[in-house]
Amino acid sequence: MDNFIQQLINGLTLGSVYGLIAIGYTMVYGIIGMINFAHGDVFMLSAFIALLVFLVLTQVFGITSLPVAFLIVLVLGMVLTSAWNWTIERIAYRPLRGSFRLAPLISAIGMSTFLSNFVQVAQGPRNKPVPPMFTNIIHVGGAGHDITLQYRQIVIMVVTGLLLFAFWWLVQKTALGRAQRACEQDRKMAALIGVDVDQTISITFVIGAALAAVAGAMYMMYYGVVNFSDGFLPGVKAFTAAVLGGIGSLPGAVLGGLMIGLIEVFWAAYFSSDYKDVAAFSILAITLIFMPSGILGRPEIEKV
Amino acid sequence: MTAISQTSAVAETVDSAKLADRIKDATAAALLTVLLCVPIILLHADADIDGVLHANPRPWAVAIFALLAFFGRLAVSNAGAGVKKEARPESKIAATVRAATAKYLPPIGLVVLFVYPFVLLTLLGSGRSLKWVDSYGIQILIYVMLAWGLNIVVGLAGLLDLGYVAFYAVGAYSYALLATTFGLSFWICLPLAGILAALWGVMLGFPVLRLRGDYLAIVTLAFGEIIRSVLVNWVAFTGGGAGIASIPKITFFNLRFADEPDGFDAFFHLDYSPLHGKMFLYYVILCLALITNLVSMRLRRLPIGRAWEALREDEIACRSLGINTTNTKLTAFALGAFFGGLAGSFFSVRQGFISPESFTFIESATILAIVVLGGMGSQIGVALAAVFLIGGFELLRELDFLRAIMSSGTGVFVICLGVVVFGVIQSRKLAAQVAIVLIAAVFALRSFQLLPDAIFDKFAMPDFDPAQYRGLLFGLAMVVMMVVRPRGFISTRSPSIFLKEKKAVSGSLVKEGHG
Repeated sequence: MDNFIQQLINGLTLGSVYGLIAIGYTMVYGIIGMINFAHGDVFMLSAFIALLVFLVLTQVFGITSLPVAFLIVLVLGMVLTSAWNWTIERIAYRPLRGSFRLAPLISAIGMSTFLSNFVQVAQGPRNKPVPPMFTNIIHVGGAGHDITLQYRQIVIMVVTGLLLFAFWWLVQKTALGRAQRACEQDRKMAALIGVDVDQTISITFVIGAALAAVAGAMYMMYYGVVNFSDGFLPGVKAFTAAVLGGIGSLPGAVLGGLMIGLIEVFWAAYFSSDYKDVAAFSILAITLIFMPSGILGRPEIEKV
Repeated sequence: MTAISQTSAVAETVDSAKLADRIKDATAAALLTVLLCVPIILLHADADIDGVLHANPRPWAVAIFALLAFFGRLAVSNAGAGVKKEARPESKIAATVRAATAKYLPPIGLVVLFVYPFVLLTLLGSGRSLKWVDSYGIQILIYVMLAWGLNIVVGLAGLLDLGYVAFYAVGAYSYALLATTFGLSFWICLPLAGILAALWGVMLGFPVLRLRGDYLAIVTLAFGEIIRSVLVNWVAFTGGGAGIASIPKITFFNLRFADEPDGFDAFFHLDYSPLHGKMFLYYVILCLALITNLVSMRLRRLPIGRAWEALREDEIACRSLGINTTNTKLTAFALGAFFGGLAGSFFSVRQGFISPESFTFIESATILAIVVLGGMGSQIGVALAAVFLIGGFELLRELDFLRAIMSSGTGVFVICLGVVVFGVIQSRKLAAQVAIVLIAAVFALRSFQLLPDAIFDKFAMPDFDPAQYRGLLFGLAMVVMMVVRPRGFISTRSPSIFLKEKKAVSGSLVKEGHG
């Protein structure tokens, strides 16, 4: 039982990270119907940005308070990663509206290859280790149980929760969110009633990148190491999460993320850690084949 | 945008205002570049001896990127104006060149390919031509075959397959395992490997092919990763990450290409040379590639091929015409997988050693990049793209002088100058002339050692390795391709049959039709 609860905590932590990335996939898919293949690599890039900002803050500016440093890392990471994703959308996706149907996906695959190789060239192919952060541990359930809750796990869950709330408020209650939902339903009609569609799509990419940046910073902090190839697997798993939850649905993305995190952790704990990636990929395939609209998604109607 | 396109036709007076706009635009691009470069380029995380990371600044690199962005934007914003919106009809010369290429290139290319090893042998002698037959001839032809195989799936049927390398892996491991466990010869294993790969294609395709186009892409990607993960983890069966070594080499009617009394060379009373084995491999892969080509060319004229192309253009229309889309897709998928499997088993007989390392996603992406850049569906375009991309990178890897000029800083300097010149030419005639004079002056001064090396040191890339830039360029090329000419640089393929005449609206302009 102790082990179960311990794995539950670990799974929820990992799932929060996946959920944050999955929102980026699901929002972009919802608004322009494109699988943003490069999103995983944007996440990886953001982890590198977080790492570099953190190094500068601690070494050059000599900030010793970890929470302050981490807060600055989060904010700067969000801003810079958003700038990246905004540029990517401008260069690689916007000119393709109205092109043939595979064009945006191929362009996104090209962008993904470009980004991971770019980071490899710019920062070198080796793993970048960072000193552990927020290492304090709370013993849950008193002395009799062997369940630990690390501070960094708490940080991840709290930050994810807060962001999701802020984000939900943004989409549900503001004019921006309304424009976004309008574009999602019918882009042409939204344009006719005065919604700036291009700008709304740009903002969608910016929001997705900002959430991915938070995920990247927390990934860097949690695992203490980043590598240029780290974008691929978390990216595909987060996409799996988005599909599992029902692509296009925001609560679905979070739910799917948590489920994928839990499945992966429990699979590794109770079966074998060798095949945990196979488990995630199989879930993706099985979901798409038998339940293409996911858990919370709407069934897709094909229009001629 | 429209304002620019209108003015481009009119007078010089408006031109200056346009130029001011463009400079503003380019400045914005440069500033954005600085913002983007701030952490990832400006700082380089280096580990010291204790393994602690330190961020070392590289301000010059950021400056170079900003410069490139400024002039690059200056060039592109002008070139894109007016041209982009209304698609220009193809000029007469271009059309003639294209027609001539389509007519004469295949037969000439075929002859060249068949005499290539012998020409090399006479020109270079057996020692030096070994490399050219092996790493250029065979290597390129493997990719040509893979790209032609994938072309059936992506180019003809319009199914985006991101896990093509999985079938390549199935073929490679089929031969390696059958040969090392049961001692079967390559010629028996070759069709078996193809059939096994096709079987996997059918098994995967049957449930998956009902999905929409981009879902299909992701599931094939997942499948590719599952296969690779199994290859890594199932150590007892596949040898795990260490791979399978000492796979039997190819034989010619049971004659081995080895320096021994009953080897190929001894049997035909030739002096032993490793080149003979390579030349044989070359002709084998050439024939395999040509078979791939022939089959897809012929099938394209059959009803099934027409159905593939129709499916690519519009799936809903296909369904309403009574085409069984699942079966149609499945045949394309299985056929593509079959050729992937053949190429895989050839790969493993050529290498003699295989490991999961050779079957990563980047390999799928490379093959896809070849197909995309060659023009999806065009056989000759895809072959040319393979030659340029794979051969080009093999060549880059060997050019020592490239490494030398990049690490001395001259290379980056010249690239910067090139972009600057291009940017200026695109904006102002007079300015361009001034710039050209300036650049000539810089080159002259540099060659007479009048400019200090300190300037060039800022452009130096000390540990430049062309191989690292392979993925970078492939990725960039795919994006540029989709933005500039989504249906192929070298050649394009529109549907091969039309009712009465080709309509003005071509498939490349039509967005609808989910596959």
